[in-house]
Formats: sequence, structure tokens, C-alpha cells
Amino acid sequence: MEFGVIVFPGTWSDADCYTAVTDNLGQRARYVWHKDTDLSGLDCLIVPGGFSYGDYLRPGAIARFSPVMPAVQRFAEQGGLVIGICNGFQILCEAGLLPGVLTRNAHLQFRCQWVNLRVESADSPFTNRCDAGDVLAVPISHGEGNYYADDSTLDSMEENGQIIFRYSDAEGSVTERSNPNGSRRNIAGICNRERNVLGMMPHPERCCDPLVGGEDGLAIFRSILDFTERMSPTAIG
Amino acid sequence: MPVSQDALDELALSQAEYEAIVERLGREPNSLELGLFGSLWSEHCGYKHSKPLLGMFDARSDRLLVATGSENAGVVDIGDGWAVVMKVESHNHPSAIEPYEGAATGVGGIVRDIFAMGARPVALLNSLRFGPLSEARSKYLFEGVVSGISGYGNCIGVPDVGGEVYFSPSYSGNPLVNAMCVGLLRIGDLRRATAGEPGNLLMLVGADTGRDGIHGASGLASRTFEDERELRPTVQVGNPFLEKVLIEACLEVAQSDAVVGIQDLGAAGLASASVECAGNANAGFRIDVSNAPRRESGMEPYEVMLSESQERMLIVVKPGREAEVRQIFDKWDLRSDVIGEVTADGLATILDEGQARGSVPVRLLTDPPLYRGDSSVKPLTGPELDVSGVPLPDESPAECLLKLLGSQNIASRNWIYRQYDHQVQTNTVIVPGGDAALLRVKGTDKGLAVSTDGNGRYCYLDPFVGGMIAVAEACRNVSCAGALPIALTDCLNFGNPERPEIYAQLEKAIEGMAEASRRFDAPVISGNVSLYNESRGEAIYPTPVVGALGITEDVSAHATVGFKNEGDVIVLIGRDSLESDGSDLGGSEYLELIHGRVAGRPSIDLDLETAVQRVCRKLIASGVAKSAHDCSDGGLAVALAESAVAGGLGAKVTASVSGRWDAALFGEGQSRIIVSLSSDQLAELHDICAAGGVPYLALGTVSGADLIFGDILSVPVSQLAAAHADGLADALRTW
Repeated sequence: MEFGVIVFPGTWSDADCYTAVTDNLGQRARYVWHKDTDLSGLDCLIVPGGFSYGDYLRPGAIARFSPVMPAVQRFAEQGGLVIGICNGFQILCEAGLLPGVLTRNAHLQFRCQWVNLRVESADSPFTNRCDAGDVLAVPISHGEGNYYADDSTLDSMEENGQIIFRYSDAEGSVTERSNPNGSRRNIAGICNRERNVLGMMPHPERCCDPLVGGEDGLAIFRSILDFTERMSPTAIG
Repeated sequence: MPVSQDALDELALSQAEYEAIVERLGREPNSLELGLFGSLWSEHCGYKHSKPLLGMFDARSDRLLVATGSENAGVVDIGDGWAVVMKVESHNHPSAIEPYEGAATGVGGIVRDIFAMGARPVALLNSLRFGPLSEARSKYLFEGVVSGISGYGNCIGVPDVGGEVYFSPSYSGNPLVNAMCVGLLRIGDLRRATAGEPGNLLMLVGADTGRDGIHGASGLASRTFEDERELRPTVQVGNPFLEKVLIEACLEVAQSDAVVGIQDLGAAGLASASVECAGNANAGFRIDVSNAPRRESGMEPYEVMLSESQERMLIVVKPGREAEVRQIFDKWDLRSDVIGEVTADGLATILDEGQARGSVPVRLLTDPPLYRGDSSVKPLTGPELDVSGVPLPDESPAECLLKLLGSQNIASRNWIYRQYDHQVQTNTVIVPGGDAALLRVKGTDKGLAVSTDGNGRYCYLDPFVGGMIAVAEACRNVSCAGALPIALTDCLNFGNPERPEIYAQLEKAIEGMAEASRRFDAPVISGNVSLYNESRGEAIYPTPVVGALGITEDVSAHATVGFKNEGDVIVLIGRDSLESDGSDLGGSEYLELIHGRVAGRPSIDLDLETAVQRVCRKLIASGVAKSAHDCSDGGLAVALAESAVAGGLGAKVTASVSGRWDAALFGEGQSRIIVSLSSDQLAELHDICAAGGVPYLALGTVSGADLIFGDILSVPVSQLAAAHADGLADALRTW
């Protein structure tokens, strides 16, 4: 399959995502410049982390107006897979592809550390290789990852199974102590109602190789690969 | 004379220097020309007091790809077509005035030095010094500096993988902020800061030029200062987003053969950048400042040339090729303007709207007067120590250990580095918190180990030995990760060199560093000198900071600090007993923290040191050593505690102690490394140590949940871990 990795000015996880899906997952990938609009041939779009446009105004607030974004919108509407990681999650929220917003970490500091993610739903193109309740060790690296949505939005997301990851301890207990940024209901990752757009603050591309700390992130990329193979069994190289 | 003393003071030029300018020029300079001299002849740009001493670093190595000091940073060949660029630089004075922006722009500046050479920045490190956190101002400066580094470094996508921070009253009025950057490139992609042939075009790219930072080099970095508020406007404001875009655009442009040279704009801005490029090519240049995009109208040529606005680069382009270069900057939405050209006349000529406003020979600007101090003067040093006059403390050994582990200088730095992205680029094999950070080089099996080190207290007590130890420790850290030290970069932070006893400190420290550098065959490939670090007439501790680069051909064969398995044997490399005459308490953390004394003389045997490091690397490469950690601040007991805490395992030391227990536990004898290994590999360890001519001592075993040291102390590892983890946060809360 082929991944597209979108590059905005200020994006810095583009190369990490590219390495993860090519070297570690063994698939094809190409960079998509934010001024391009041609997404043809791509099976999954990655909106990577970084500080697009310096995060000026609000993270993602300027990037959502980049020329590529209407094409991303159409791609998602047609059922294409989109995964936003860190700044990518913020951009997808700003663009209205995902509900809610990411605000300043509750303790007001940047955090780069390992966290544990409990898989809340294995019923998504991004987690089908996991079981609900699995715990993945994945690093975070953000200053504004504090997920917020109002109660009724959160309730309906829970009802629809849109909460994909929550911050937990190593045993899978969702506790206040395991929440690194103050996110409501310990939310670390969510999907849209149609389940083809995922946003998550942690960086799965940073844990696809044991040499640099682990490979739990591969579970997510392998899920995407499995899903894509099932959808188009002949198109996979 | 037509120039006032005030005008000279503003530029930190002396009357004698002014007279030298008039004599060499054959006339009075106008104010623009005088500004060029003032900046280029400043200590910061011209190294007036340090250049004669820096010659002691005889940087010779087959790996060296450019002569030390000739370019923006040093470059070494690491084999298979790869090279590493690195440099450390100070931003002490700006950070003392405005800690967030001072530190942030320090990071920005050092990163530009690296990508100017065509290298992708792959790692940042920081060496920081502040007054004790019990002082409100030191706490403010510390928090501001850490958030400045975090704010800038995180935004540009370069991992911050290491460094060190120490607190001492010596730095209360004058903190140190040294930033180091490491870059990686294919040797063929190396770019130089040269103007090339006459006719080449000078393009200014990146940010617009404003009135910020004028006189940063001469005023701020080259003299002592009393009233910091008056200097606040000389501190620049950084834009890390622009820097990130500039990195990508410049690395793309560097691939084009339309580009002849690349130079960053740092201290003394356009003046320094253009003069250095022209000087490296024995050429001249003409710049019309009206072609430089400016933030405001009415800027004088003087201001345009000396502005230190951040995130700007000078690109030297072949004539007629500027459109190709501009296309790349346009893609990144960056400005790029042709502001001048390279000339054959050897003159730095500045115009405004086509009108010549000043013209002086480039070679005069690049040839400041050099000063050599009196070598017969003794350096300023601290008191000696009579150990018999130091009583055993009232605290128990366990209490002393907990105090040390939780102290500001030894407690875990997690509070700091969790605010730095240390994983971006997915190369970080060993994360901050150990002896050295280790990075993989994608597409190869190689690893790069990097570390910074420098103990101001040792250098204050004995600058020559302190200088040797700074190099030895930085190299030892790298060796503890399993890598061979191959190159050094240094930042020399000292007081006012016009005081003979301070100049002597500088001279002795460089002598010691140069000696150790030769012994390790690790040349000093780049560096920076920061003088005039004083407040209210008091100089800081002489503080050379050393950044070491190590390489390993097999990155998977590395070691970390933590103990690995219950039952493993713990061995001390470098000693065959725990006997001590107490002299190694001199200059120790323990002596200062528990007894409130800074006294004694550090010592090191470089023969033993190099042998110990060689053995350590061998033990790691052969897979014998499962963990390695050097004994440094806090001595053997602190090192054992750190390995226990990192591994979450206890240790039982059974080796016998003779003499003072405090010296055995907390003495800071050099050339000691603790390793742990499976007991069935002791024979291999013996053979490797014997072949290397290095003594060793089996200390005990990894076992249980407590750290037990004979009948001297027994503390649960959980208690050690809590003291270590919370020390810094506690100090920040309780002032």
C-alpha cells in the first residue's frame, strides 16, 4: 500500500513517519507538500507532528487553510484513511474532521515522555490488530495535548465507540496520575463517526523499532495495512 | 580627536585600538567604519585575548575535514562517506538579561552554524550554570532558560539529548548558557563559508532586518556590565518557526551547484558574515543596504550592518544563477534578496541607495590586535585542604547519601529534559539521564555518542587539572556508552581576561585541556570563548565546558547506567581497593554540601584514565558489561545508587573499606567506572582488564531491593529513587 505524508511548513515528524511506514512496515510512501492537491493513488494519509506555521494563533489554526486541506477533506469523505498524529490531530480538529479541541497542557509545560495507552476499541482501521484493553507504550511530545469537548459531545462519542485510546497505567487502569496533560476522560486518541479518520497525541512512529525504545507503534500501522489489504486485496505491493 | 570616549565605550574599543585603526587605515574612520571595526575586533568576534592561547590546541587528526576555527563549526569524518559537524557556543550575557529569549536565540544561533555547513542538525545539548535555586533570581533565570530552550528547540524538530546543569553561588550574578549542536552530513555535501570568486552574488535570506541586537557582540559579550536593564534592547527575539523553515530551505539550496558558500548571521550580523566570507576567499565585497529587506524605515547603514536580527543567512551564489536559488526560498515562503556582490578589490564597501557610505580593507577587519597576558602570574585558585581538619559529619552515611542524591547538583534532571523533545528524528538510542546520549545513524550500523562536561569547582581549585578532567570526563561519559571519543568542542567561560590572575586561569585551563585532548587523540575541532563573566567585580568559577563526540561501529552494542539482572556481579574498574587517604574529598560535592567547604586539589592520572576508558569500551563491545556508569559528582556511592535506581534493583557491596568511610563513599577520585556483568563472565573481565593494564575490584552483587554498603549503610532503593526524582522539583518549590 502507499502512504501519503503531508508536509506543512514547520512539520517535523514527516521523516519519522516516512521511515516508520517504509523501513519498519515495508510499504511505499510519498511526501505531499501542503500546496499540492493531488492525493491520487494513496491509501492512507498521515498528518504528522510538528509546529505547522509555528503553532501561531493556535496549533493547527493556520495549517487548516493550506491548499491541501480541501483535498484531505474530500479524501476522508470518500472513505480514505487519515491519521493525524500530535500536531496532525490538532489540525484535523481545527479542520472539523474530528470533534473537540486540544488545549494547553494543564500543568502548562511541554512533555516528552513515555505513556501507556489503553486501546478502547479494536473496531477501527487503526486498531484492528489489537484487542480492546491492550496497553501500548508510546511516547508523547507536546505542549498542547489537553483534549477538550463538552459533555454531550463526549457522551455521544463514547456511545459511538469513537474513543480509541485513553492514557492509563501499565496495567491498563485509567487514572488521574496516568493522564499526562489533563485531557478530559484521559482521552489520547479519537476517531470520527465513520471511523476512517483518527487523531492521537502520542507518536506511534517513534516506537516502531526496538533500538529506539519499542515497537508498540507498529500495531497501529499494521492495523492500517491489514485493513487496506482486506479492502483491496489485489492492490497491495 | 573626532570620536568621543563614549562612542568607543559603546563599541568596547580602547583608545589604543582606535589609534591602531587610524594608523592602519591611514585616516579617521567614519562612524559606520568604526562600527565595523568595533564589532569585528570585539572579543566575541575577534578573540583578542584568547586566540594566542587557542593555538595550544594542536588539532591534528586524520578525521579532521576543515581546519579548526576556519569555518562555522568543526567537521570530522566518521567513515563510509559520513561526517559530523559540531560546535558549542555561549549565550551567557543575553540569558542573564532575558532568560527565555537569551536561551532560545542561543539554540537558534548554534543550529544555524551547523546547517550553514550543509549538515542536518541531529542533536542539541546544553550546559547550564546558575546560582543556587534558593535565590529567587536564580530560580527565575533557570526556569526561563529551560523554557526558552524548550520553546525554541521543540519547535525546530531537533532532539535535545543531553547536557548538564550545576548550581553554585559563583554563578549567581552571571549564569552560563552554553548550547551545543551536532549535525550529520554526507562528506560531499559539505558547504563552506566562502565568498568564492569576484562577481559572485550575496543573497540575504530569511527574516527581515530590524534594529534588534545592535552591539550584541561588542557591548554585551565583550565587557562586564552593571546595569542589565539598559542592555535589554540588545537581546534578540527568536522565531523558531522561521528557523525550522530556514533549515529545510538551506539544506535544499545547499544541494545546488549554483551555491558557492553559506554563512549564518550571528554576532555582529551582516558585518561579520560578509567580512568572514570575503576574508576566507581573500576577496572584497560591496553591499547596498537599501537592498536588504528591513522591518522599519529610516534604518541607517550602520544599523543594517550590525543588526543581530535572528533567522537570517547569507548565501553566496554564482552570477546569473540567483533565480534558481530564489525559487527554492519562494517554495518555503522565505524572502531572498541579492544585496551585493563579491569584488576583487579586497575592500568591504557599504552603500546606501548607490551612495558609498564606507569602505575599509577586509584584511584590517579580520586582523584585530591580539593580547597576551603575563604567563608568570599565578592563576586565582581556591584554598588547599587539610583532610585531618574535616571531621566526620553528624549525619549518618545513609543520610549523607540521600542528601547528595536529592541535592540540586545531583538530583535527576528529568524535570528539565521531559520539557525537551529528545526523541524526534527517531535516532535516540540512549535518552538523556545517563552518562552520554547515543544516536543511531540511519542506513548504517554506526552510533554517535555525545556528552558535555565541565566542573567549575575543580577548575577554580586547579585550572590545569580541572581542564584535563573536563576533557577526561566528557570522554569517559562517551566511553561508558561504548563509543570511542574522536573529537571535542569547547566553550571557555571565564572572567575578565584583562585581570592577570583570570588570564592565567584561562591559560592553565587550556593547557590542561590541550594535554588531555592529545592523550585521547580527540582534537578540539571547534569552540567558543566567553570572557567577562563577572558581576560586581567577582569572576565566575573558570568553567570550560567540553562537548565530546564518540563513535561506535555497532550501535546495538552499547551500555546504559542501570543494573540489569539480579545476581550480576558489580565491578569497579580503575581501582583494586576502596582505600583512600581522604585527598579525593578535595573539591567534592560532598565536601561542599555536607561541610560547606570548597577546598582541595583535584587530581587525575591520564595514563590510567585512557586505559580505563579503553577497557570499558572493550567490555561493552564484547558484551561482557551489561551496565556502565562512571563515578563523578558524589563519588562511588552516588554512582551505585544511580545504577540501582535506573535499574530498579538493589545492590549489596561486600568489598571492604579502609580509612574514612566518607572518602570511600563520596570521594571523587577520577578514572573509575562501575560495570555489572553476569558472574560467569568474570574471567573474561579479568582478561580484558589485565590485557589493558587496569586494576579492578569486585564490589558485590546486584541483589534485593536495598542498597547495602557493608555495615556502613543500607537504604531501600525506593527511598533513593524518591530523593533523586524529586530533588529538583522540591528545590524549585521551596524558596
